[in-house]
Amino acid sequence: MSTETAVRPREGALDARVPPGPIERKWERRRFEMKLVNPANRRKYTILVVGTGLAGGAGAASLGELGYNVKCFSYHDSPRRAHSISAQGGINAAKNYRNDGDSVFRLFYDTVKGGDFRAREGNVYRLAELSGNIIDQCVAQGVPFAREYGGLLDTRSFGGALVSRTFYARGQTGQQLLLGAYQALERQIAAGTVRMFPRTEMLDLVVVDGRARGIVTRNLVTGAIEAHAGDAVVLATGGYANVFYLSTNAKASNATAIWRAHRRGALFANPCYTQIHPTCIPVSGEHQSKLTLMSESLRNDGRVWVPKRAGDTRPPDRIPEAERDYYLERKYPSYGNLAPRDISSRAAKEVCDQGRGVGPGGRGVYLDFADAIARFGEDKIRERYGNLFDMYERITGENGYKVPMRIYPAAHYVMGGLWVDYDLMSTIPGLFVGGEANFSDHGANRLGASALMQGLADGYFILPYTLGHYLAQVTPAGDDTRVPAFDAVRREVQDGVRRLLAVGGSRSVDSFHRDLGRVMWELCGMARNDAGLRKALAEIPALREDFWRNVRVLESGEELNQSLEKAGRVADFLELAELLVLDALHRTESCGGHFREESQTEDGEARRDDERFAYVAAWEYTGTLSQPRLHKEPLAFEHVHLATRSYK
Amino acid sequence: MNLTLKVWRQKGAGAPGRFVTYEARDVSPATSFLEMLDAVNEGLIARGEAPIAFEHDCREGICGSCGFVINGVPHGPRRGTTVCQLHMRVFEDGDVLTLEPWRARAFPILKDLVVDRSALDRIIQAGGFISAPTGSAPDANAILAPKEDAERAFDAAACIGCGACVAACPNASAMLFTAAKVSHLGLFPQGQPERWDRARDMVRAMDGEAFGSCTNMRECEAACPKEISIAFIARLNRDLVKASFRPRRAAAAAGV
Repeated sequence: MSTETAVRPREGALDARVPPGPIERKWERRRFEMKLVNPANRRKYTILVVGTGLAGGAGAASLGELGYNVKCFSYHDSPRRAHSISAQGGINAAKNYRNDGDSVFRLFYDTVKGGDFRAREGNVYRLAELSGNIIDQCVAQGVPFAREYGGLLDTRSFGGALVSRTFYARGQTGQQLLLGAYQALERQIAAGTVRMFPRTEMLDLVVVDGRARGIVTRNLVTGAIEAHAGDAVVLATGGYANVFYLSTNAKASNATAIWRAHRRGALFANPCYTQIHPTCIPVSGEHQSKLTLMSESLRNDGRVWVPKRAGDTRPPDRIPEAERDYYLERKYPSYGNLAPRDISSRAAKEVCDQGRGVGPGGRGVYLDFADAIARFGEDKIRERYGNLFDMYERITGENGYKVPMRIYPAAHYVMGGLWVDYDLMSTIPGLFVGGEANFSDHGANRLGASALMQGLADGYFILPYTLGHYLAQVTPAGDDTRVPAFDAVRREVQDGVRRLLAVGGSRSVDSFHRDLGRVMWELCGMARNDAGLRKALAEIPALREDFWRNVRVLESGEELNQSLEKAGRVADFLELAELLVLDALHRTESCGGHFREESQTEDGEARRDDERFAYVAAWEYTGTLSQPRLHKEPLAFEHVHLATRSYK
Repeated sequence: MNLTLKVWRQKGAGAPGRFVTYEARDVSPATSFLEMLDAVNEGLIARGEAPIAFEHDCREGICGSCGFVINGVPHGPRRGTTVCQLHMRVFEDGDVLTLEPWRARAFPILKDLVVDRSALDRIIQAGGFISAPTGSAPDANAILAPKEDAERAFDAAACIGCGACVAACPNASAMLFTAAKVSHLGLFPQGQPERWDRARDMVRAMDGEAFGSCTNMRECEAACPKEISIAFIARLNRDLVKASFRPRRAAAAAGV
């Protein structure tokens, strides 16, 4: 193999291999440098794609179209159920259809700034560059984006931007984009280029001679543990926000695939960069199983406020205007209610910590549409957000048109993930990572409507090129799994399943997950400090130990067993949580979604420390969870100059 | 509030099944239906009994994973609401609720309330797409679509593929599901080239599965959590008639 693809973790700096030259020519240059696979030879290469969300579904379909032999895996019953489907608000693209001053460079700039200068410039520029192609592709597939009466596409504004570049499909943009990718994928399944394995969960990665060569899966209906071989593996398995137990993620969203790959040698980057979304429906009680997001687009018309006086329990309509604090408008006059997510979330926490929170438990703030309704009429507001008001009413039993909604931040997204180079390849050659599962483009904070953009850029337009380049340099190995390495991993996975079933304790899996979530939310959530993080580092291993002594998983491994599925995922969260906290402890600066109380300005804003922390922290698994090895990828800002992020 | 649940328990595909009665105690009205079941399952696990298997994921009414029949109604009593979004405040203390899986020959039961809905994916494979290979698209605004058509297409595209329409239909027909996709794509200019073959091929695929025929019972529309209109079925039928006058596209394989 050429040395070019051999990026192994070494001491010292990690090289992302971003092409040299002007930023607007980097991707073009890289594409030209790439080796190509003869179309007649593509079917000889097997690519395993794990996950069928925007990155995985789009990637599998596009690779199938190119003629590769693709096998695609999902733990759902159908690829259409991947969690990308839940994204509400929209997808950014630098089309400048509005003539309002948008450009590729501005989207790039906003994304780097929004990420609080902790993203890799080369990747972000490419993302902005590809954003327009994504909209073209989706429209061609029949995605029903919102339109103007003239038949052209409509856009709206989103947090962290002053241009209107967000394309949307009512409040169901993720659903419609995913169905576009799903339909392209089903078309390839019908054509025979992609073979789909639904209800099949990846439980480990197989590395042969230092390269990713396959995966081991469990059939969730029969329990069969099976090995699959390929020439490359793509993980597009989403994020790990469920480490907080209560999050806006789907219940099954988990870290197992990326965590197993990490244990096999892939570096894990910036695990502490987690995003807490400011506009979610507050927790209503102990029974709560998940939190529901109310799209950020609501902040276009809703005004956020709390009473000025702590302990004010009057109903909202009894609190006169003069006794209300519209704190986002007060603190950030230019962005106001459209301040970015990390800033809005922290501001909500701050007012609730001061005892000014509203609703049961005092953990909520008002999102008030009274002014917008007075100005535009209830019908207009209904037209814009009707489905969200309906959802709010279903969950809370309250009418958001009559009384202000109550919202509170909730864990929503993770910017951290497996470290990848410019080609989206991890530190294990042949292991590629796309979408939320990688760490690449959002730095320390993701802007609204950028996750869909990144997932589809990775899937449609980056992985199909970079995988080809990798495969052009390897000889097809076929899908033979009768290699000792496969047997060994298969046995390990089998043992892992047996171990979970054999504990025979007294506590349910969910009860451990809840406990972990409480530790993470309280000690490593919206605000973090040295003492709290150290406390978490004591509690997590203890909880993990308790899990392996006391967890109760009933029934067998040879059938559909939902407790067993959850148990494996929670076991991995219990390990990942420790790395997340260690990363948060080591990064003593505040940046984006990572807020260290020790590092703030006088008025409570995040204070970055570019001298010491302008790098990607990529952690290597050493065999001891408490002692991962840190590798650094230095970040250089040549086009967007380092500056204090201000939305005032 | 306290409720009595009669739940269909079935160990696996082909195994015999039966209703088992459970009590749900001290249920808060603010709980969602699935959270109430979570609590019942926690109690079962504590007693060493197998928890009730049911599918769910996003719990926001959009992924289409969840769904079972509550007292004869798919997704339960609240219109336009998936079971994950159904909250206990719609029930009364002392209610007796019968929970059973989707009943349709095309959806074999895998366990308890979990069924196999892969037949729906196979209908999509037969033509539920626009052939637009990655990279081949023109500029997005080069394709004009009247707003009214786009809105109507969206109404159809809102389908979450949960299968409630099939479960509600006395014939277990998948006509609403199929019509929704045919209409969504057929309402756009970019969906026209494949419009007639799509209608024919998807209906043929549906007929090839174990679904029944549509006899306009309208139960599907009433049960659909996304309130998709049966007007789309009429539209599909019109497309099928028109398609019958057109020559079939040369047997080009889908894809590649």
